[in-house]
Amino acid sequence: MRRTGPLVVAFIMGFAMIFQYFIPHPLSQKFYEIMVQQWLIIISIFLYLFGLRSFTLYHYHKVRRKKEGWYFSLIALLAALITVIIGFGTRRGPLFDKIYDYILAPLQATMFSLLAFFIASAAYRAFRARNLEATLLLVTATIVMLGRVPFGAFMWHKLPDVVEWILKYPNMAAQRGILIGVGLGMIATSMKIILGIERSYLGGE
Amino acid sequence: MWEKLLRLDRRWIFVLVALSVLIPLLKPLGLPMKTTEPVLNLYTYIDTLKPHDKAVILVTDFDPSTMPELLPMAEAIMRHCFARKIPLILYGGMYPTFVGMAKMALSRVLPDFPDVKYGEDYVFLGYIPGTSLIILSMGESISKTFGNDYYGNKLDSLPLMQRVKNYDQVALVIDLSGSGTPVWWIIYGYQRYGVRVGCGTTAVSAAQYYPYLQTGQFVGMLGGLKGAAEYETLIERAGIPPGRKTASIGMDAQSIVHLMLIFLIILGNIGYFIVRRKR
Amino acid sequence: MIYLFFLLPPAGVEAFDTPNDEGGSITIRWKEVEGAKVYLIYRKKDTLELIGKTYDTEFSDDEVEDGVEYVYGVRAVAGTDTSDFAFSPPAAASPQLFDTSKLNIFFAVFIYLFFIVYFVRAARGRTLFIRRIAGLDALDEAVGRATEMGRPILYVPGLSGMGDVATIAAINILKPVAKKAAEYETPIIVPNCDPIVMTVAQQVVKEAYLEAGRPDAYREDNVFFLTDSQFAYAAGVDGIMMRERPATNLFMGMFYAESLILAETGNMTGAIQIAGTDAVAQLPFFIAACDYTIIGEELYAASAYLSQDPKLVGSLKAQDLGKAILMFLLLLGSILSLCNIPLILNFFRTL
Repeated sequence: MRRTGPLVVAFIMGFAMIFQYFIPHPLSQKFYEIMVQQWLIIISIFLYLFGLRSFTLYHYHKVRRKKEGWYFSLIALLAALITVIIGFGTRRGPLFDKIYDYILAPLQATMFSLLAFFIASAAYRAFRARNLEATLLLVTATIVMLGRVPFGAFMWHKLPDVVEWILKYPNMAAQRGILIGVGLGMIATSMKIILGIERSYLGGE
Repeated sequence: MWEKLLRLDRRWIFVLVALSVLIPLLKPLGLPMKTTEPVLNLYTYIDTLKPHDKAVILVTDFDPSTMPELLPMAEAIMRHCFARKIPLILYGGMYPTFVGMAKMALSRVLPDFPDVKYGEDYVFLGYIPGTSLIILSMGESISKTFGNDYYGNKLDSLPLMQRVKNYDQVALVIDLSGSGTPVWWIIYGYQRYGVRVGCGTTAVSAAQYYPYLQTGQFVGMLGGLKGAAEYETLIERAGIPPGRKTASIGMDAQSIVHLMLIFLIILGNIGYFIVRRKR
Repeated sequence: MIYLFFLLPPAGVEAFDTPNDEGGSITIRWKEVEGAKVYLIYRKKDTLELIGKTYDTEFSDDEVEDGVEYVYGVRAVAGTDTSDFAFSPPAAASPQLFDTSKLNIFFAVFIYLFFIVYFVRAARGRTLFIRRIAGLDALDEAVGRATEMGRPILYVPGLSGMGDVATIAAINILKPVAKKAAEYETPIIVPNCDPIVMTVAQQVVKEAYLEAGRPDAYREDNVFFLTDSQFAYAAGVDGIMMRERPATNLFMGMFYAESLILAETGNMTGAIQIAGTDAVAQLPFFIAACDYTIIGEELYAASAYLSQDPKLVGSLKAQDLGKAILMFLLLLGSILSLCNIPLILNFFRTL
C-alpha cells in the first residue's frame, strides 16, 4: 500500500491532467484551477515548513558542535530571524525595503558578477582548438563576442549583421533541434512516471 | 615559460578582468551603438501604438542578480511609454523578490515625468502567488485576478483599470526575465488569448529565444546589456529623456572585457600548441 | 451628374458558437463591404445594444450566457456614412467537451504512448543496445575517488522542483550514487534548493543506505534544505565546497546562471566534477569547467542506463523512434512546402 498508493495517485492524476488539456469545458478549467492553483500551492507552503526546519536544524547543529565555519551558520540563523521579525513586525515597511535594497540586492548582484571573472578563468583554461569542431566553435564564438559589443561595429560596420545571421539561422536551427529532443524526452519520462515504469522517485525498488 | 603561462594563477586573470571593467567606466570610450533587428522591432511596435488607447503590460520577472542587464530595459521601456502617453500596467512578476525591481525602476523614472498620473497613466500591480494561472486569469479579468494594486487601492476604483479589463484592451505584454517565463506568456497569453508578447532577457538566454522570434511569437526582443543600450539609444534619438543610460555606460566596459577574453583565449591556445609541439 | 454613394450593409452575416472554448462566447462573421473602414456590432436579446467595433470582418462576443439565443446586427461605417443593419440568424453559446484544434496533438501523444508501451513490453527478456554515455560511466570512478581520498561526495540536485523532469532524473541518479557511497562508507552531502525535493532526496538516500545494509550510517543532516534563493544557494554550495573539500562534485538537474559559479569553484578545489542538465544555456559552462557532462536527453536516460532495466531501456527505444518519425516528417514537410504543398505544415498547426 505504501508504494501502490502513490503509484495509483500518479496514474490517475497524470492521465486526468493529460485529458484536461484537451477539454475546454468550464468543469475542466475548474479542475485545473483547483489542482494547480490551490492544492499545489497549499502543499508547497506546508513543505516550506519542512524546509525551514531542516535549515534551522542544520545550522543549529553546526553552531552547537562548533564545526568549521560555525560562525557563518550563526550569521545565517540571525539574518533569517531578523528578516522574519522585521517583515512581520513592520508589514513590508521602509526597514524591510531597506533590507531588500541595501543588503539582498547588492549581494545577489555581486554573486552574479562573479560569472564575469569565472568565465574568463574557465575560457583561458578550457577553450582549446583541439580538433576541427572546437576550432569552428572558437572562431564563431570570437565573431559573436565581437559583434555583440559596440567595438565590433566600430571594427566593421557589418559585423553585427553577421552575428544576427549566426543567431537567426545556425543557432536557431540547433536550438530547435535540442528543443524537439528535450521535448520528446520529457514526454517519455513523464509517461514512464505516470505508467509506474519509473519508480525511483518513490525511494527503493 | 609557456608552461608557466598555461598554469597562471586564476587570480591574475581576475585582476585583468577587474581592470578591463573599471578603466572604461572611469574613462568612457564613447563607441557608437548599432541597432539590431529584434530591438528595433520591439521599439517600433511600441512607438506605433496609439496614445491613451490600448495598454502595455510590463512584467519585471527578475531579481537583483540580473538587475544590471534587465533593470535598464525596464526603465527605458517605461520612459518610452510615459513619453508616448501609452497606458502602462506594471506587474511586479511571478515571485516575491521581483516586485522590488519594479519599484526601483519606477523610482528612477518617475522624477523625469512629473505629469504622469497614477491610476490614469499607469498602475502598479503587486505580487500574488500563482505563476501560469495568473497569466490565464488576466485573460478573463485583470481586476478580479489581483483585486488590489501594490498600494492597496481597489483596482476597480482606478480609471485605467476601469477601461483595461483583460487582454482585449492590451496591445503588448513585455516580460523582462532571466529565466523561462517569457515562454509561459506565449503559451498562456499569446496562444490562448492572442495578446502579443515581447521579451527582454539576459545575454545568455537570448540565443534560445530566436526560434520564437522567427515564428513571430515574440514581436521583438532585448538581449542582454546591449539590447538595453540599443533601446536607450533609440529613445534618446527620439527626444525622450534617457535617464542615466546605465546600459550604454556599461557597453564600453563590456567591449573591453570581450576583447580581453578573446586575447586570453588566443594566448591560451598559442601556449597549448607550443607546449604540445614541444612534447 | 450627381453621384449618390450608398454604403451597403454587410452580406453573409452569420453567428455561431465559438468553437473549442469553455462557453460564454459567440463569434459573428460577415463579408467585407467595399469602402467600409470600421464595423459596428450590436447584440439583440430583449433590446438592441452596441457591444463593440472592429476593423476586421469577425468579432467575438464573450459576454453571453450559455444556452440563450442571441441575434446580432452589423453596420458598416465609412467616415460619416453608416450602412443599414444586417442581422444574423439566432445563435447560442455552449461549452465544448473536446478542443478539436488540438486533435493533432492528441493523436501524436497517444501514438507516442503506444510506442512506449509497445517497446516496454517488447523489451522483456531481451538486452537492448544503448550507446555509451561517458558521464554516467564515470560515476563509479568518481565515487571511488572520493572513497580513496577519504573526502565526501557533494551531490547538487539542481534548482528546480519535483515538477521538472530534470529534477526527477537527478533523483534517479542520486539513488545508485547514494547506494555506492553507503557501501564504501563515504559521506554524501546533498544541499537542496526546494523543500519538496529535499524530502524526496532524504527518502531516496535513506532507502539507498537501507539497501546497502548500512541504515545506521545514514545522516539526515547531510541531506538538507539550504535556501530557495538562486544565488544564496550558489553561495551556500560554494561555501560547502571550500570548507568540506569534497573529492567529487555531481551537478545533476536544472541549473540557471549559477552553474558556472558552482562548477568553477569546484574546479578550484580540485574535485572531479560530473554535470548533467537539460538547460541548454548552461551546458557550455559545464563543459568548460567539468570533467564529464551529461547533455539533455542523456540525463533522462540515466535511470535506464544505470539500472539496465529492460522496461526502462525499451522506453528509450520508443523515444528514438519518435525522433526518427519527426525527422522524417520535417524533411518531407520541408520538401513539400518548397513545392507549395502545405500538407505536413497544416498537420502541425494548432490554431
